Amino acid sequence: MSLMSMTALELARKIRAGEVSVTEAAEAALSQINLREKDINSFITVLSEEQIMAQAKQVEEGIKNGIYTGPLAGVPVAIKDNICTDGILTTCGSKILHDFVPKYSSEAVINLQKAGAIIIGKTNMDEFAMGSTTETSYYGATKNPWNTEHVPGGSSGGSCAAVAAEECSFALGSDTGGSIRQPSSFCGVTGIKPTYGTVSRYGLVAYGSSLDQIGPVAKDVSDCAAILSTIASYDPKDSTSVKRDDYDFMSALKDDVKGMKIGLPRDYFGEGLDEEVKKAIMDVVEVLKDKGAIVEEFDLSLVEYAIPAYYVIASAEASSNLARFDGVKYGYRAEEYNGLHNMYKKTRSEGFGAEVKRRIMLGSFVLSSGYYDAYYIKALKTKALIKQAFDKAFEKYDVIIAPVSPSTAPKLGESLVDPIKMYLGDIYTVSVNLAGLPGISVPCGLDSKGLPIGVQMIGNCFEEKKIIRAAYAYEQSCGKEAAL
Amino acid sequence: MANVITDEMIEYVGILAKLQLSDEEKEQAKKDMGSMLDYVDKLSELDTAGVEPMSHVFPVNNVFREDVITNSDKSGDMLANAPKEKNGSFVVPKTVE
Amino acid sequence: MSREYEMVIGLEVHVELATKTKIFCGCSTEFGGAPNTHTCPVCTGMPGSLPVLNKQVVEYAAAVGIATNCTINQHCKFDRKNYFYPDNPQDYQISQLYQPICVNGGVEIETEDGGKKTIGIHEIHMEEDAGKLIHDDMGDCSLVDFNRSGVPLIEIVSEPDMRNEKEVIAYLEKLRHIIQYLGASDCKLNEGSMRADVNLSVREKGSTEYGTRTEMKNLNSFKAIARAIENERNRQIDIIESGGKVVQETRRWDDTKEYSYSMRSKEDAQDYRYFPEPDLVPVVISDDWLEQIKENQPELRDEKMIRYKEEYDLPDYDIDIITSHKKLADIFEESVAMGGNPKKISNWLMVETMYLLKEKNMDIDDVSFSPKNLVKLIRLTDEKVINGTVAKKVFAEIFDRDVDPEVYIEENGLKMVSDTGELRSVVERIIAANPKSVEDINAGKLKAMGFLMGQTMREMKGKADPASVDALLKELLGL
Repeated sequence: MSLMSMTALELARKIRAGEVSVTEAAEAALSQINLREKDINSFITVLSEEQIMAQAKQVEEGIKNGIYTGPLAGVPVAIKDNICTDGILTTCGSKILHDFVPKYSSEAVINLQKAGAIIIGKTNMDEFAMGSTTETSYYGATKNPWNTEHVPGGSSGGSCAAVAAEECSFALGSDTGGSIRQPSSFCGVTGIKPTYGTVSRYGLVAYGSSLDQIGPVAKDVSDCAAILSTIASYDPKDSTSVKRDDYDFMSALKDDVKGMKIGLPRDYFGEGLDEEVKKAIMDVVEVLKDKGAIVEEFDLSLVEYAIPAYYVIASAEASSNLARFDGVKYGYRAEEYNGLHNMYKKTRSEGFGAEVKRRIMLGSFVLSSGYYDAYYIKALKTKALIKQAFDKAFEKYDVIIAPVSPSTAPKLGESLVDPIKMYLGDIYTVSVNLAGLPGISVPCGLDSKGLPIGVQMIGNCFEEKKIIRAAYAYEQSCGKEAAL
Repeated sequence: MANVITDEMIEYVGILAKLQLSDEEKEQAKKDMGSMLDYVDKLSELDTAGVEPMSHVFPVNNVFREDVITNSDKSGDMLANAPKEKNGSFVVPKTVE
Repeated sequence: MSREYEMVIGLEVHVELATKTKIFCGCSTEFGGAPNTHTCPVCTGMPGSLPVLNKQVVEYAAAVGIATNCTINQHCKFDRKNYFYPDNPQDYQISQLYQPICVNGGVEIETEDGGKKTIGIHEIHMEEDAGKLIHDDMGDCSLVDFNRSGVPLIEIVSEPDMRNEKEVIAYLEKLRHIIQYLGASDCKLNEGSMRADVNLSVREKGSTEYGTRTEMKNLNSFKAIARAIENERNRQIDIIESGGKVVQETRRWDDTKEYSYSMRSKEDAQDYRYFPEPDLVPVVISDDWLEQIKENQPELRDEKMIRYKEEYDLPDYDIDIITSHKKLADIFEESVAMGGNPKKISNWLMVETMYLLKEKNMDIDDVSFSPKNLVKLIRLTDEKVINGTVAKKVFAEIFDRDVDPEVYIEENGLKMVSDTGELRSVVERIIAANPKSVEDINAGKLKAMGFLMGQTMREMKGKADPASVDALLKELLGL
């Protein structure tokens, strides 16, 4: 087995045992990138060999000296390009940040570096994380490693494709409305969107501040648990960061779901859901049932209101969060302009792509005088009701099982034609963000086209461990083989 | 389409969002925003009387810093990405006539 | 000219709080400093940066609210105010609209006719200051400095309760006293730590409807405020008299040219799209915390004025001056605590201190002498170690360099001569040398006594006790 086919934990174990050097691991990642990148385009930036080897050398030393003792030391990682990295280009997939090199790192990246992970590059994404296909990137679309005629999903499509194409051992993504879970499902990898406030947002370039979370993208559930344990922390720099009692998510890696109560929301399995996807999910349910889980169908309700509420809230916050890209402090500034306001307008019109402009305009509109109550407040009230619906469900169930996406990865170029249709693809993922819940996407088979299908497991707030346990138990039986 | 976005509305949103659209883009934006709003109007079916708008999902409050200086002069770093810089400041088109 | 008009004025007063650090980051608020040297990713709006609230800002804001009789919103939140401008690094300002920290207050001012009037305070909210724009004529551009960006502000929004510029200034002075006494800000209009925007409309006297108002910005002194109000009043009346309509707009006052101009631009919609700040959590001020803030509240001017009357029986005039600035009141109280006579201390502060401040063009905040030395000086005068003339000279030294009066008097040989032996011989000499004066005195022209007194004092280099000299002169002249 090649080094890049191993899980991050396996590779790190070999590095710790002295069987593989950190340099070898980094070289393996680089050669895989060289091999696959021209077809996949997972990366916006790949660090130079010198930059990578300098890190490898330092971590190698550190492991010998007992500085890096964690389960990820020496492993090559790719970082989504909306997560700031000190001294490394951070574009958010946008022209407007084409030359932005932050002088600070996000807290999640700092945590990874403290654990001895080797940053090899920055992954492609939908511009400012707005999209479900990674086609809205200014740096070209990423392709699905399973079939390069298809999209990898988005917005963390670069991170998920890079993991699937074995260009890195694991990656960080971000999830505002499904942006980790959906591409994980399309690319046959495992991804977690943690409970809001679990991973610091400091250094994550904001899209929808009340919804954004950084999370792991990896080859299996164990890797995800280890990565989450590493990147999750209470951060005084993020006022919405939550102090949690326990950051040891690896302790949940138990093949035991006996007595676990699992809810299946009927409203997630109705019209619009691809039959093949549905069958794959139901197979997962059967596996867990066989292992002793108690499965019950229930009505979650409000499902059809989640997407409109999500798009109002996310667009409104985005319209404000993206105001700062104005050509004054960093990034692109129009070449020619006539006065201040013209400079603003030309910079932003030339610097942002169509989807970003669409959402900024929608967001500006729903917040504008006369519309605020009808749209924005209404959406916040809807969010409250959705949260209540989940609270009620979690009174009865430990884990909710659902599809990630109505179908498998569409072909390149199919989705952007009809934005509304594309937005509808988020129907099973956005509620989780609105309610701040944790969710995991685990591979659960292939469709007839040979494209991966993912199953989503949703937990109550702060109950990552339950979904990790359920996902792990499923994976132990057949999940991994199903996808790999 | 129930929501009709007028030229004036698109113009106004352009001023708010500082976006300058070509005529073609304007037509597209009118269509897109109209259909998005039609879709969003679904929310009005929902009875939300008496529901408190929820901006934060968790009832966390009182996250503070103490009033202690922690930052030193990093002006070089702050200006490192400036499209235009002069005398340690960011340069913009003249803001007064 | 038949119709009579009255003005309806409300104020939006911004006050920079005296915290050490900015409202949302650990950068210094210190004034001066080369451009952008007090900045970080948060206050320059770098992507991915996040704000964290400075607790002291909440305490100062609540303290001002309590002192201005506001209700404290024990559950308050921040909102984003969205607008593009280069001094606003995120292109939104974090402020409070929906749930500000203080509401429904008011302060009492004295009106021209000596009566009292309450000016209502609609709300006080916390927000961040913007950076500074410096206009570079040579380069035909503007330069942005974010050192002031993120400095904490409170905005005090009054009700439209003022009717003329005198009330406006009385209200501002009242606020200034309260906030200075609280130590929440130095409130300097000329340095921008206190800024007032004037909302003004005119209406026919007796009318109960409000006219259309304008908002006037860039008022940097009480004089500028008075001039701008007068000017805007006339401008609005002219418009109405000529059949026009006042446009609701923001105007900028140019005090050197004494006129205002509209700040409206077709590029701005004045639609701030406020929404709850998702990056900050609500502030909940518990009963205990509120009680603690109240307990820590220092004695304010009005309370001090009453107490000074009761405890020290000082004249109203003295009290008014001593309490006009917290620094003076502090010196006064410390001096009294050291056993000084209140009226005598008051005199030194009102007369000599004020005189020297004016003479040296200094601010009261710059006063640096220690109350200990003032008290000593008063004791030395009381004990007739020095006379009044010398005391003034010594005080000037205390004011300048905070000298110890005892040491200074000793070193410069300024002790008063009350030894009658030495003094008697000097007086005798003076009488002998001025027969003309003696003749005048004998003729009943007592004015000449003053001349002989002056001569004696001169001979004694000012150190003689005037009472002793007077007694000796009378004795020797047989009066």
